[in-house]
Formats: sequence, structure tokens, C-alpha cells
Amino acid sequence: MIETITYNTFQVLFVVAFAPLYAGVLSRLKEMVQSKRGPSIFQPYWDIWKLFHKDEVVSEETTSIFRVTPYLAFVMPIFVTILIPVLTDYPLAFAFMGDMLAGGFFLGLAGFFAALAAVDTGNPYGPMGASRTRMVGFLAEPVFMIVFFTVSFVAQSTIPYIVQQKWVASVGAFFSPAHILLLIAFLMLILAEGGKIPVDNPSGHFELAMIDESKGLEFSGRGAALMKWGGQMKFLVLTCIFLNVLVAPWGLAHGQFIVDVLAAVPLILFKVFLFTLVLVAIESSLAKLRLFRISEFLGAAFIISVAAMVSSIFPGA
Amino acid sequence: MPTSTPEALNTLGAGLILISAFAMVATRQVQGVVRFFVLQSLLLAASSFLLGYDRNSVHLWTLGGITIAAKVVAIPWVLRRLLPGDFYERREISQAINIPASLLLALLLAVASEFLTGPLVMATRDPVVRVNLPIGLAGVLIGAYSLIARREAIPQLIGILAMENGAFFAGIAIAPELPIIAELAVAMDVILIAVVVGLLTRNIRQTLGTTEAGALSELKEDPLAWR
Repeated sequence: MIETITYNTFQVLFVVAFAPLYAGVLSRLKEMVQSKRGPSIFQPYWDIWKLFHKDEVVSEETTSIFRVTPYLAFVMPIFVTILIPVLTDYPLAFAFMGDMLAGGFFLGLAGFFAALAAVDTGNPYGPMGASRTRMVGFLAEPVFMIVFFTVSFVAQSTIPYIVQQKWVASVGAFFSPAHILLLIAFLMLILAEGGKIPVDNPSGHFELAMIDESKGLEFSGRGAALMKWGGQMKFLVLTCIFLNVLVAPWGLAHGQFIVDVLAAVPLILFKVFLFTLVLVAIESSLAKLRLFRISEFLGAAFIISVAAMVSSIFPGA
Repeated sequence: MPTSTPEALNTLGAGLILISAFAMVATRQVQGVVRFFVLQSLLLAASSFLLGYDRNSVHLWTLGGITIAAKVVAIPWVLRRLLPGDFYERREISQAINIPASLLLALLLAVASEFLTGPLVMATRDPVVRVNLPIGLAGVLIGAYSLIARREAIPQLIGILAMENGAFFAGIAIAPELPIIAELAVAMDVILIAVVVGLLTRNIRQTLGTTEAGALSELKEDPLAWR
């Protein structure tokens, strides 16, 4: 019991510690593809450090929601982390506290408060970004649900650990059409939820075109640091769900000893790095979609996920 | 459940073939449609090679070879030669039904084909048939749909060819011993279709300046314009 709680803490520390690195590597690789040198991969750490040492300015017009939001945005990905397999392939202490729906709920709660806080400030760009994020959010919601349906149908469970064991259990399930369709739908979902090209441009500086970024414009000092860090953690958590639960549990620790768990850290980092290369390829080869084309993008994700569900329900699969 | 590695990979190919069928419906650019068609044909060839290896069938190897020669090499080359480059770069193919609705209809077709092949699939124990039959039928139906909904000549042509891809994908599972003569005849047919449609499209384009099938309803000249 003590051990599994320790490993769970490791998982949380892993996500907290490496989320900025992931963001840094991603932006560095993107700059390199554009034949620029780009900032150091540790730049997000310096940014967060710098923001923590700055004064925080909070508008008098705002309510308590604005003050609470950064903490929620930081804590919610951590809650999701204790529910999902990040380093081990066997269930840890809190694995059965909640399933994938609970994870979606936690991330949704953080997003909800971030949108409220953006409206709270009265800055014209904030509500605009908030309404756009909601638009992307409600278009992404059906895809999330269908993915959950499919996963629960195939694995008879929505607990991430059990789903992951179900995929690894048989080669047939891994290669089935439902699996590959599900992967592509979920990848499109990650791009939308993480605010990546083609849905949103994470490195854009033009407020009118922002979707995800403009919600955080009013935060400063510690609040901005927590929002930033929370966003990076959310993306790493989504990546871990994608890679460890849905793609393949390769590299996860199987043994019960602390050495096994520590040995899983570089393997998982390597896996995330490979995924980063895929992301860079996607982000560098596509153009940002016009706002009203996003519905088509997520509509396509929805179609693919429903096709996955259908082909797993009917006897063919 | 697939029993061997080639069969498992064939199953993977089936998923990708379905995705590329959806992608052909969702793509606006003529170039993109052709690219996804080439991808689908490559996947078809790969899966017939895999099944040919798995079942020691020369026919399937030949079919894979013919698919690559005709659909991956010859048809894109013919279309590229016959039509000028700007034709491929154009966006916004005007469609009878817009793209989100098209995608939903394509999904319905996919669901229908899973549903229709259900009894047939239940009757067989062959894991390859169980995967290939519904997805092949979905490929046929989605190809037929894009034939109806598209209004540009080349995507319509690709719709016909995608129908054929779907039929072959179901065919390699049901009838692996299809005579080579039939395959060759079909392959020649396909190239001829491409040449004929390409030439027609070029001539129509030279006379009318457009290749939109939708615009052809205005072929009759307006008598008022001559006064």
C-alpha cells in the first residue's frame, strides 16, 4: 500500500517536473524545422521561475473566481495523473477512485473555471477566447464520449489501467480497425484540446486569432506561472493517456520494485519524445484552420470515432 | 480475431482504408483527393501482398502488383499529363452537399455496410473475411456517394476508382483465387476510364474554361446574349 502510494507520488512528480520540458522540446523542434535556432528546451522552466518571482496584479473588478482559477488549473491535471498509468502498468493506490470519465471531468472543470475567469476580467479578448474555447470544447465533447463508449465496449471497463491491459492482452485487439480509428480520433482530439495547429496556433501573438492563449492574458506573476504550468501538465497528461492507455503500454514498469519504476522514466520520456516528433510533423506541415473550419475538423474526428465504435460492436472486428 | 501477423496487419490496413475513404470525402482539393486515393491503393496493394504471403496465393501477389502499376503509378501519371497543374491546386470543389453533411452520410454508409454484411460475416469463421467484407462494402458505398456528391470531373473519377478499390478489398478476402485474366481486364479498364475521363475533362476545359459538372447545365447558350 505504502509502495503504491509512493509510486503514485512519483507519477505526479514526473508529470509536474517534465511538463515544461515537453513544451520546451516541442517548441525547440518546431523552430528547428523552420530553420531557426529557437529557445533552449529549458526555457519554459525559466519562464515559470521568472513569473513566480514577479508581483501579481489583480484587477479590482474581478471576483474570487479569478483568484482561484490558477490553483484549479494547476491541481486538476495532478488529480488526473493519479488516476492514469504514467509509469507503471499495474493499478496504483488511487486507480479505482475514478475512471476516464472522471479524468475528463477534472480537465473539464479546470477549463470551465479558466473560461469563467477570462470573462471575469472584462478584457475584451478574454471572453472572445473563452467563447471560442467553449466552441472547440463542445465540438470535442461528443468525440470524447464516443471514444469512451468504444473503449468501455472493447475493454468492458473505463478504468485506464484495465483498458491498457486489455489492449496489450491480444495482438488482435491491437491491430483491429476499431483501435486504429480510435487512435486517429483521439489524436485529433488532443490537437484540439491542446490548442495545437491546425486548430489553434500556440505560438501566435495576435490576440484576435487566439483561442486558448487569450484566456490567460490577464494573469500575472504567480497566477500566470500556475496557469502556464497547468496547461503544460494538461497536455502531458493527455499525451500519457494517449500513449500509455490507447497506443501501447510499452515502456511502462511491470515490476513492483522502485528500480523498475525509476527505469520506466527514461523509457516513457523517449516515447513522449517520439510522439513530439509526430506532433512537430503535424504542426509544421498543416496550416491553421479558419475558425469555422474547426467544426469540420472535429466533425471528422467524430465520424472516425463513431466508425471505430461501429466496427467494434458489429461482429466483424 | 486475426490469427497470424499478416492477417493482423491486414486488419490494420482495413482501418486505414476506411479512414482514407472518409478522407477522400472530406478533402476539398483535387490534389488531396488524388493523394488519398493513391494512399488507399497502396494500402490495398499492401494488404493483398500480405494475404498472398499468408495464403501462398500467386493471384493475390499479381493483384497487388497490378494495383500498384495501375492505380499508384499509371493513373496519377495519366491525370497529371492530361490536365494542367493549376487544375490540381484549385480548392473549394463545389459540392452538392457540404462536407460535414457528406461526412455524416459517409458514416451512415459505413454503418449500413457493417449492418448489411453482419449476417454474412456471422456465417464465416475466416477472420480476414470478417474484417474485409464490411470495410470493402463501405469503400464501395462511400465511393459511389462521392460520385454523386462531387461536381468536379476528377474527384468523380476518383469516386469510381475508390469503389473499385473497395470491391477489390472485399474480393481479396472472399475470392482469393480470382483468375488473373479478370484482374488484368479490370486493371486495363481502370486505366482506360482514367484516360477517357481525363481527355474529356481536358476538352471540356478547353471549350468551356471549367470542369465543374454542376456548371454544365448552362451549356445551352443564352439566346438573349446574342441580340
